[in-house]
Amino acid sequence: MAFESLTDKLQNVFKSLKSKGRLSEDDVKAALKEVKMALLEADVNFKVVKQFIKSVEARAIGEEVMNGLNPGQMVIKIVNEEMVSLMGSETTEIELQPGKAITVIMMCGLQGAGKTTTTAKIAGKMKQKGKKPLLVACDVYRPAAIKQLQVNAEKQEVDSFTMGDNISPVNIAKAAIEHAQKNGHNIVILDTAGRLQIDTEMMDELKNIKENVTVHQTLLVVDAMTGQEAVNVASSFNDQIGVDGIILSKMDGDARGGAALSVKAVTGKPILYVGMGEKLSDLEQFYPDRMANRILGMGDVLSLIDKISEANEEVDVEKEKEMARKFKKGQIDFNDYLDSMKQMRKMGGISSLLGMLPQTGISKDELEDAVDEKQIAHLEAIVLSMTPAERSNPKLLNPRRKNRIAKGAGVDISEVNRFVKQFEQMQKMMKQLPGMFGGKKGRKPFGMKFPF
Amino acid sequence: MSEEKKGFFARLKSGLTKTRENFVKKVDNLFTKSEIDDDFYEELEEILVMGDMGINTCEEIIDELKVRVKKESIKDASLCRNILIQSIKDKMKTPEDAYDFEKDKCIILVIGVNGVGKTTTIGKLASKYRSEGRKVLIAAADTFRAAATEQLEEWAKRASVDIISAKEGADPSSVVYDAVASAKSKNVDCLLIDTAGRLHNKKNLMEELKKMNRIIDSSFPDAKRENFIVLDGTTGQNALIQAREFADAADLTGIIITKLDGTAKGGIAVAIQSELNIPVKYIGVGESVDDLQKFDSNAFVDALFDVTIDSEDERTEQ
Ligand SMILES: Nc1nc2c(ncn2[C@@H]2O[C@H](COP(=O)(O)OP(=O)(O)OP(=O)(O)O)[C@@H](O)[C@H]2O)c(=O)[nH]1
Ligand SMILES: [Mg+2]
Repeated sequence: MAFESLTDKLQNVFKSLKSKGRLSEDDVKAALKEVKMALLEADVNFKVVKQFIKSVEARAIGEEVMNGLNPGQMVIKIVNEEMVSLMGSETTEIELQPGKAITVIMMCGLQGAGKTTTTAKIAGKMKQKGKKPLLVACDVYRPAAIKQLQVNAEKQEVDSFTMGDNISPVNIAKAAIEHAQKNGHNIVILDTAGRLQIDTEMMDELKNIKENVTVHQTLLVVDAMTGQEAVNVASSFNDQIGVDGIILSKMDGDARGGAALSVKAVTGKPILYVGMGEKLSDLEQFYPDRMANRILGMGDVLSLIDKISEANEEVDVEKEKEMARKFKKGQIDFNDYLDSMKQMRKMGGISSLLGMLPQTGISKDELEDAVDEKQIAHLEAIVLSMTPAERSNPKLLNPRRKNRIAKGAGVDISEVNRFVKQFEQMQKMMKQLPGMFGGKKGRKPFGMKFPF
Repeated sequence: MSEEKKGFFARLKSGLTKTRENFVKKVDNLFTKSEIDDDFYEELEEILVMGDMGINTCEEIIDELKVRVKKESIKDASLCRNILIQSIKDKMKTPEDAYDFEKDKCIILVIGVNGVGKTTTIGKLASKYRSEGRKVLIAAADTFRAAATEQLEEWAKRASVDIISAKEGADPSSVVYDAVASAKSKNVDCLLIDTAGRLHNKKNLMEELKKMNRIIDSSFPDAKRENFIVLDGTTGQNALIQAREFADAADLTGIIITKLDGTAKGGIAVAIQSELNIPVKYIGVGESVDDLQKFDSNAFVDALFDVTIDSEDERTEQ
C-alpha cells in the first residue's frame, strides 16, 4: 500500500531524469520531498524528520550515482544507510553483571505499552541462557497487574515475587533483591506500573527506586504504533530516570514503526528487542536494517540497491577502467565475458534482478521468456570449454577448435558458431561506435553489454 | 497518582505546566505572522502533523484552506487560522443522536488493539451508567490475557455492577452468549462487553470478533447496538488502519480516545472522522473511575492547536 505509492511517486519524479554522473541538488531535493512524506506517514517525529532530511541532503548532493542505480534510487540508498547507522549499526544485548552477581533490570513505560508481557518474555530468554530470573510485581495500581505477572511467571516456569498492593514499589524492590540473594536468583526484573512522562509523582517513584536499589539496566518499552508523542515520552523518561535500552512492542502489527527512529534519535540508546506477538516466546532481536526497511517501506527497491552495491564493491576499479578502454577499442575477449557473467550472478541472475526493478513494467513471465537463463548457461559453458589462449584471442577459433568446444560444453556446434559470430559483430560495433560503451559518463548498469 | 478531577483541557494545561522548563511558548505567538505565505502554511503543517493528524489529512485540509483563502481573498493570517480551526471543529462535531443509546436498552461491544484501555474504559462506563440509574451488566469476554478477568472484576466491584465471566482459555463467544441471555432475563439496561486486545492484522482473531458480533445480533436482535473502538491517544497513523479493519469486522458506532491526560493530541481522530465518518463519543483522561468525558469537539480541536515548542528549538530559530 504505502510502499507502492512511495515507489510510484519516486518513479514519477525520476522518469525524466537520466542517470547522470552526480546527484544534483534538484535530484536530491525532489527525492527527499517524497522521502519526507513517507517518513511522516510512518510516524517518525516531525522534528526528527526535518533534521534527518537536512543531514541526508548535505551528504547526498554531489555524490556519484552508483552503477546500475538511477538518481532516485541513489538517494534512497543514502537515506537507508543513514537510517541504519542512526538506528545503531549492530544488534545489542542486555548487559548483564559478570559472574554470579545479580543483574537488576527495571521495566518502564507508558500505560498499555506492554511491560508486563515483555517482562515475562525477557525472563524466558534469560532462562534459556541458563539464568535464574525473578519477576517482581511493582505495579501496585492497575487492578490485577500483580496477578497478571504471577500467571505469566508460571507460564514461563520462573519465580515471581509479590507483596500485594499496599507496599510501596521501592520497598518491594528492596525486599525482592534480598529475596533474590537468598534464593540464588541472578536476574531480577522489576515490572513497574505504566505512567505518563508528565506525571511527576509517578516519575518520582521510579527515581526513588533507582536511588534505593542498584538498577543495572533500565529498559523503556515503547509501543511500535506510537505517533509523534514518542519523542516526548522517550526523552522525558531518559532525562528523568535514565534509560539504558529500548524495547519495541507490538511489532507484529502493521504499523511502520517510525517511533523507533524518533526514540533512537532523541535518546541515543540502543533498541534491544522487538515484541512480535502475544505468546511469551515472541521476543526477537532487533535488526536496524530491517527496521529502516520497514520505516522506509520500500523493501524491494532496497534489496535491489543492496545487491547492486555488493556487486559494485567487488568490482575492481582498475579492471573496470581497463575494460572500458577495451570496450572503446572493441578489444573485448571471452575472459571479459566470463567476468561480466560472474558479476551478474552475484546479483542473483538477470531475471531476479530485472524482476526487482519496478520500472520495467514487464511481467515475470515475459521476463523469463526474454531472458533465457538456460541459454546464458550454455554460452558460459562454451566459454569455459575454451583454452585460455582461445578466450583471450577469439581469432584462434577455427572449425576444429569449435567442434572440440561444442563437445566440451555439451551443446550443438551451431550454437557455438552463432555465439562466436555474435561476439565478432559486437566487437565490430564497438569499434564503429566509440563512446557508446564504457566511458565515465555513459556507464551502463552492468558496466558492459553482451549479446544474449 | 493524582486523583484530583480536572477537565481535559485543564489537565492538559497542568500537565504541560509540569514540564514548563522545556516548553516556553504557545502557538499563538508562533502565529504572529500577518502574512499568509509559505511559511505560514508550513507552520500549520507542522502543528497538525505533530498532533498526529497525518500528512495526508493535513495536506487535504490545508489545500481546502488555500482554495478558500483565494476565493474569499483572505489576507489576514489570524483570520485564516480561525477558519481552519472552525472547519476542523465542524468536522469533529458529534451527531445529535450519538448518545441516544444511553437511554435505550443497549449492548455495547468494546474492541481495539492491545493495551489501549478497553477494560479501564468499560469500568468507567459501567460506573457512569450505573450512577445515572441504569441497570448495568459487564461481560468479561477477554478469556485470553492473563488476569484479564480479575482486572475487570475489580472494575465491576468499583462500579457495583454484576459481571459474567469464564475461565482463562474459554471460548469468548460463549461468554458473550451467556451474557446476552443473562441481560435479557434480568432485564438489564446496558450490557458492556470487554474483549481481548487484538491486532487488526490477525485474521483469526478478527474472525473471532465477527462471530461475537453475530451472536449478539442473533440472540438479541431488538437491543440497540453500539460497537466502540478504543484508540490510544498516543497512537499514530496506524490508528486509521485499525479503525478501518475493525469497522470491517463489526460496524463501528463510536470511537473512544484514551490517555488524553498525557501530552498526546489524538489528532488521528480527525483523519478517521473524515475518512470513515465515525464520531468520537468519549475520551479517557486518567486511570480512575471518573476520568471519562463525553467528547467535546471544541476543546479537542483547541487542544490540537495548543502547541508548545521547546526552548532549544526556539534558540536555533532566533
Ligand atoms: N493515563 C491514562 N491511562 C489509561 C487510560 N485508560 C487506560 N489507561 C491505562 O492503560 C493501561 C491499559 O489499560 P487496559 O484497560 O488494561 O487496556 P486494555 O485495552 O483492556 O488492554 P488489553 O486487554 O491488555 O488489550 C492500564 O494501565 C490503564 O490504567 C487513560 O485515559 N489515561
Ligand atoms: Mg483488557
